[in-house]
Amino acid sequence: MNLHEYQGKELLKSYGVAIQEGSVAHTLEEAVAAYEAMREKTQSDVVVVKAQIHAGGRGKGGGVKLAKNLDELKEHAGNILGMMLKTPQTPGGMEGPGKLVRKILVAEDAYAPDFDACSEFYVSILMDRERKCNVIIYSTEGGMDIEKVADETPELVHKEYIDPTLGLMPFQARKVAFNLGLSGQAFKQMTKFIANLYKAFVGADASLFEINPTLKTGDDRIVAVDCKVTLDDNALFRHKNLAELRDTDEEDPTEVEAKAHHLNYVNLDGNVGCMVNGAGLAMATMDIIKLSGGDPANFLDVGGTADAARVEQAFRIILKDPKVKAILINIFGGIVRCDRVAQGVIDAYKNMGNIPVPIIVRLQGTNADIAKKMIDESGLAVHSAILLQEAADIVSKVLAE
Amino acid sequence: MSVLVNKDSKIIVQGFTGKEGTFHASQMIEYGTNVVGGVTPGKGGQNHLDKPVLNTVAEAVEKLGADTSVIFVPPPFAADAIMEAADAGIKVIICITEGIPVQDMVKVKAYISDKDCRLVGPNCPGVMTPGEAKCGIMPGFIHNPGRIGIVSRSGTLTYEAVDQVTKAGLGQSTCIGIGGDPIVGTTTKDAVELLMNDPDTDGIIMIGEIGGSMEADAARYVKEHGTKPVVGFIAGQTAPKGRTMGHAGAIIGGDDDTAEAKMKIMAECGIHVVKSPATIGETMAKALKG
Repeated sequence: MNLHEYQGKELLKSYGVAIQEGSVAHTLEEAVAAYEAMREKTQSDVVVVKAQIHAGGRGKGGGVKLAKNLDELKEHAGNILGMMLKTPQTPGGMEGPGKLVRKILVAEDAYAPDFDACSEFYVSILMDRERKCNVIIYSTEGGMDIEKVADETPELVHKEYIDPTLGLMPFQARKVAFNLGLSGQAFKQMTKFIANLYKAFVGADASLFEINPTLKTGDDRIVAVDCKVTLDDNALFRHKNLAELRDTDEEDPTEVEAKAHHLNYVNLDGNVGCMVNGAGLAMATMDIIKLSGGDPANFLDVGGTADAARVEQAFRIILKDPKVKAILINIFGGIVRCDRVAQGVIDAYKNMGNIPVPIIVRLQGTNADIAKKMIDESGLAVHSAILLQEAADIVSKVLAE
Repeated sequence: MSVLVNKDSKIIVQGFTGKEGTFHASQMIEYGTNVVGGVTPGKGGQNHLDKPVLNTVAEAVEKLGADTSVIFVPPPFAADAIMEAADAGIKVIICITEGIPVQDMVKVKAYISDKDCRLVGPNCPGVMTPGEAKCGIMPGFIHNPGRIGIVSRSGTLTYEAVDQVTKAGLGQSTCIGIGGDPIVGTTTKDAVELLMNDPDTDGIIMIGEIGGSMEADAARYVKEHGTKPVVGFIAGQTAPKGRTMGHAGAIIGGDDDTAEAKMKIMAECGIHVVKSPATIGETMAKALKG
């Protein structure tokens, strides 16, 4: 689960990490109020207006603007709120439709008053799958695309691996600060920043923190100017307050609906829908659709209990996509008996009336023969198969028609 | 012979009296698996499915001689259950539970690193030695005793491979479901190595997914030490970058963990790579004939 920048910053602040202060606004009026409050606090007329969407690279599409006075604030807030913001990370990239901006962050100008004395760093924390421990990745090259930095100047990207049983040790925080070339007050502030950031990462069960840029100000404070936070969905049961921060407006509406029905669904671009039990088999089914000349329209894992209600719900979700020209159901019945699944398909089909696209049902495992017979004798316009290859051949045939 | 579990394994079930534990333990017993008892804290002293229930794993080791545990404990308590089993001296710990927080698994991996045990899973179907021991949630009847070892990150896709192997007239020595999480106890390479060294395994099927580098590590091992034919498949050739495909670990991060990149390395290392999941069994049969 991803957080917005403003939510991530609140989380960091609660762990004592210094952030670029700001407040969120959903309307122009709220933006003006946020501006007045910020001017009161900082005694400066300058603020930054930042679009709040779940995608990076917002500046590239015009989603981040400096406002030097109230008029400029109104202009930028008015333009950004409600815009379709295109960034390299929104669907389709800079050529795509962009994402609707529903809220903005009105933030202090963290670089004031002495812009030239500021330095930008890159700091991120994530779990390293190879070493099976958390790692802090950091660089003096802040505010840039870190993958590009790693490609072109790998010597400028440092990694600090954290012992799972000990946690972050003080010498490690010092090492980070030294490698970033800091001294004096800024050095002290950075060790504190890193220590608190790591506490927040573990405390919130995060899977990614990316603070880019991490700013050293002219007066030697260390401040998180932007932040990307991804939380571990599996750990949300112990972070009820964080789970409530989920912003379903930022997610695909069909995926949100599928999730509400406990179906694991990912929307894709193709023309053949699929309904499968198990994640690995679901991916393999997508692959076989491609090999049969189609393109998968979705990933959908119906889970262990493929009864009529679930099958019907899955049908409804797949059919929301107008690109779908056929549906392949692939169930390997283990503990779940195939005849039950077949009954589920037949009942769901009858409940829904006519399904406008051809259905290919492949049931294998416990009672597969009985299940095939049930489907064949149901009188429904459903193709049945037992072997995966048979199913693939039917998909090819149906697409050719 | 076989690897990890056999008819002599003394198996306990952690989370024995819960709904999942009860259902699957009874299926395991029905298959003929040597389940000697189970553990549910606070329910020690009772009998369940005609087997003794104990409060701690340590007691199960002491009183029942348990050496293998299958864990059906819910996600919030599963990491603790794995560590309890490791501490008690259980040698093979098979964790079925899906949905364990990744930071819990980071701690588990560190905790068990100097213990004399092997963890399989979590988020896996378990380990199956046909005709001897069914330690997990896989359907018993599709398996057939034989000489093909199977390693997989997936559940139902493993059953698919098992079924194809059986239909190709072959059987399985041991099927190891290593699990679909970002951190698992036994890696693809670990499992392939066990089967490569098993005198009763003639060929190995290795089923991977997008995400991580476990298949590449296993492929390099096969290139260095391989003495038997290995057939490989990677699920997710059509998966988009950056999306989690059901399994927490199935997410493409960079160019190295796509299906295409993994299949390329596997082919370079002499593995018989199949593009279609429908041809796993027949490819193994052909590979065995040389």
